[in-house]
Amino acid sequence: MVFDHTWMIGGPQGSGVDTAANIFATVCALNGYKIFGKREYYSNIKGEHSYYEVRLSNVKVNSTTSNINTLVGIDAETIIRHAEDVVSKGIIIFNNDILKVKIDEIKTMDDYFNIRLKKYLSNKNKDFSVHGILETAKDRKVLLYPISLLDILTKIPKLTCRNYNSYRLLNIIYVSLSLAIFNVPFTSISDVIGKIFYSKPNVIKHNVEISKLAYQYAVDNFKIISNLKLNFKHDMLIKGHESIALGKIIAGCKFQSYYPITPATDECLYLESKKFINKNMVDEVTVIQSEDEISSICMAIGSSLTGVRSSTSTSGPGFSLMVESLGWAGINEVPIVITLYQRSGPSTGLPTRHGQEDLLFAIHAGHGEFSTIVYASGSIEECFYDAITCFNLSEIYQIPVIHMVDKFLASSIITCNKFDLGVIKIMRGKLLHDVNKDFKYKRFEITKDGISPRSKLGQHNGIFWNTGDESDEYGHITEDPLCRIQMMDKRISRLDLIIKNIPKSQQIVLHKLNEYCIISWGSTAGPILDAIKMLERINIKVGFLQIKLLQPFPTEYVKSSLCDVRIIIDIESNKTCQLGKLFKQNLHRDIDYYILKYTGRPMTCTEIYRSLKNIFNKTATKEMILTHGK
Amino acid sequence: MVNNFSKYRTNTHNDWCAGCGDFGILNSIQMALYDLKIKNHETVIFSGIGCSGKTPHFINTYGIHTIHGRVLPFAQGAKISNPKITVIAVGGDGDGLGIGAGHFIAAGRRNIDISYIIFNNGVYGLTKGQPSPTLRRGIKTKNSIHANINCNIDPIELAIVSGFTFVARGYSFDMKHLKNLMISSIMHKGLSFLDVIQPCPTYNDMIFNENNTGSNEHSSQSYYKLEDTNYDPVINKDDDELTQHKKLNKIFMKSRELGHKIPIGVFYQNNIIPSYHDRLNDIMINYDMIPPAFSQISDQNNNTTADISKLLDEVSLK
Repeated sequence: MVFDHTWMIGGPQGSGVDTAANIFATVCALNGYKIFGKREYYSNIKGEHSYYEVRLSNVKVNSTTSNINTLVGIDAETIIRHAEDVVSKGIIIFNNDILKVKIDEIKTMDDYFNIRLKKYLSNKNKDFSVHGILETAKDRKVLLYPISLLDILTKIPKLTCRNYNSYRLLNIIYVSLSLAIFNVPFTSISDVIGKIFYSKPNVIKHNVEISKLAYQYAVDNFKIISNLKLNFKHDMLIKGHESIALGKIIAGCKFQSYYPITPATDECLYLESKKFINKNMVDEVTVIQSEDEISSICMAIGSSLTGVRSSTSTSGPGFSLMVESLGWAGINEVPIVITLYQRSGPSTGLPTRHGQEDLLFAIHAGHGEFSTIVYASGSIEECFYDAITCFNLSEIYQIPVIHMVDKFLASSIITCNKFDLGVIKIMRGKLLHDVNKDFKYKRFEITKDGISPRSKLGQHNGIFWNTGDESDEYGHITEDPLCRIQMMDKRISRLDLIIKNIPKSQQIVLHKLNEYCIISWGSTAGPILDAIKMLERINIKVGFLQIKLLQPFPTEYVKSSLCDVRIIIDIESNKTCQLGKLFKQNLHRDIDYYILKYTGRPMTCTEIYRSLKNIFNKTATKEMILTHGK
Repeated sequence: MVNNFSKYRTNTHNDWCAGCGDFGILNSIQMALYDLKIKNHETVIFSGIGCSGKTPHFINTYGIHTIHGRVLPFAQGAKISNPKITVIAVGGDGDGLGIGAGHFIAAGRRNIDISYIIFNNGVYGLTKGQPSPTLRRGIKTKNSIHANINCNIDPIELAIVSGFTFVARGYSFDMKHLKNLMISSIMHKGLSFLDVIQPCPTYNDMIFNENNTGSNEHSSQSYYKLEDTNYDPVINKDDDELTQHKKLNKIFMKSRELGHKIPIGVFYQNNIIPSYHDRLNDIMINYDMIPPAFSQISDQNNNTTADISKLLDEVSLK
């Protein structure tokens, strides 16, 4: 039987929601559950509502659902916002104090939400109050687990209880209560607390004591909801930004410049803080915080000219600033990797929320015509391997590579197998380590395949010039019309080479083929895969083609893959169906249905499942806009 | 005379206007490289956009002609990854102090060991003579519609407050003096700034006149050399805090000096502030020994040499 349980904890930003969820996810993973977790937060330092969903299962899960099985509220707002998503027989754990809270007095609750909530409650003849909300849940047979925090807290010996009112203490209480009802042994909780706070023995002692009290409280007062004994041994529990950073380290990226921006900064800070071993010596990535994103990309290009694998990470606003320099890297055939963590735009948009809105921008970024690769990862595991692939492609084809990821991938967490390091190769293309002194070196020498041997700054006999102007083979400025044709053809011709040479499995992931087939790109693959599994359980089969190489577009391969497909469904997190446009432009073929979402919240598998079911039931509209999520 | 610095020249056609101050700067760079016996392939000239942006194409070293205003970020990225190369960045006053002013200040805060030369002629020459950030308010150049309505930036003063640790001014037609300033700036361990006053013969023909007898608008100005006075630009390790403070005050006063005679020479040299290289080496274990450009990343079978097992342990569930 499939076990599928979503646990959600919410509270004000700064109350330790993230830590609590990490402890919960780690303990559950150690106890054999397969995990997918996702974090949502406001653009705010302290106080606004944040929450973390952890989905537990005995089969692989790649997304969140629209349902909550256990809702844990550190504050009243969490219960108010999310109670309606708790399923029948689900559980709400809350401090009974919150019944006294008046919704109107919660400053972080916005009018837009409150108006909708008022309508929802009045339709159900309930008061506009926490009590009213809990009543609606009770009507749906949701189990209410009120706790008395005071009861638990008064049992804590005075000495260890200096932070009596601190939220930091509450998160441990709530997570321990939750884990008790999942019937996991207490030792696995104390082990994880020990691991997370390993550098602070006092904090460990303090938290373990509190955890034990809360755990016992739950054992005494609540029913156990899972007796599942799982024997899975997962290798890793890893977040998207960590996966990309580890990929960069393995790829030999030695230089990363960045300007602080959500959600790219997490990866940069990870790289800056970690040491590894290279040829028996301690090694690090040189990470430079620059004055703006223009400087970030220019520094990365400058570094790349010295023969170093160089990269920068950013999101939409930063990438907008980088675009002029991207063209310079294009005309000078400089390998660099730009990791583009998409979020909701335009402008600042929803700065901490998800989106897949920059596909066409990435493809067309820059004035004039030059070659780039745009490559999109669909899962946290793919992020690792793809980061390495991007560096290889970048050096082989001497071309800027834009690695498309997003906020959903960056801040989600998943259990997965250990990375297979055996399959990884470092391919540096025509990078020269020695230059033949008998010939005068020409950086942009016309060659058969359009790619010239690449010298690097400081190399003997390898002197070259670069310029943003059109140049001759040496790199000196020219405005000669025929030389222009030669150079333009040289730079653009590699797009064909890329399509020809990149293994097909790296261009597209053909998950399944069926009469009805989904096309998508990037992180939306996760909820799509889960929705397809849900449909299989009711004997509906849908195909799925995940396009990873988006520029140059693998037109012929996509075309031949879809030749027997009758209905094409485009699923992506944006308003204007960007992949759909690209598809139509290249294949001259229509899309039958669109499933889109642009609320800043990633799609859930439940939403996609319902929309696909509507398509099969012939009750679907051509364009379906998804809205789930708080 | 056969130029003994010809090995630093290329055959590329030079299309600067006759009488352009750029020639003096170009020659001074080549002479300085020759005097310092720096190997061609160990030198990189970075440039911005404009007439001065073409400079690298005339010098037989690595030459990277970048985009408008961004010469410093390119140059810094390269120098951080390969500290063994000698990096000279050149650009115009509009390039460095208009569109690129943010990078100018940020570069000062880092103090990376490169030399930055601004070709300062008060105008955007290549776009036909619009006023640049160093042109004083009220001055009308040949092609501008009105007299300049913006106040000017003083590059020397800005460089000092931004944190450049070697700050000097030269004059493009006093090549011997300029060459010596360049040598000092290249030798200096840290970020050097050289403000070179030069005429744009087409749009802003500001030639200094030692006798103050010039006939054009700007030629009432002349210059004197700081080294001919008892001015002390150097802040040393031995200077106590009070001495440093007093010296800095004098340096600021000098950078703001008004009058018909403009000081040229070294305004400021700080030997105390650590270079970015030293700062990186303080926070990274092997930066100095194996900087990025000298780090191997794969073996002969194209396998990675990075071992991340410790990092994988952190995310493993064992």
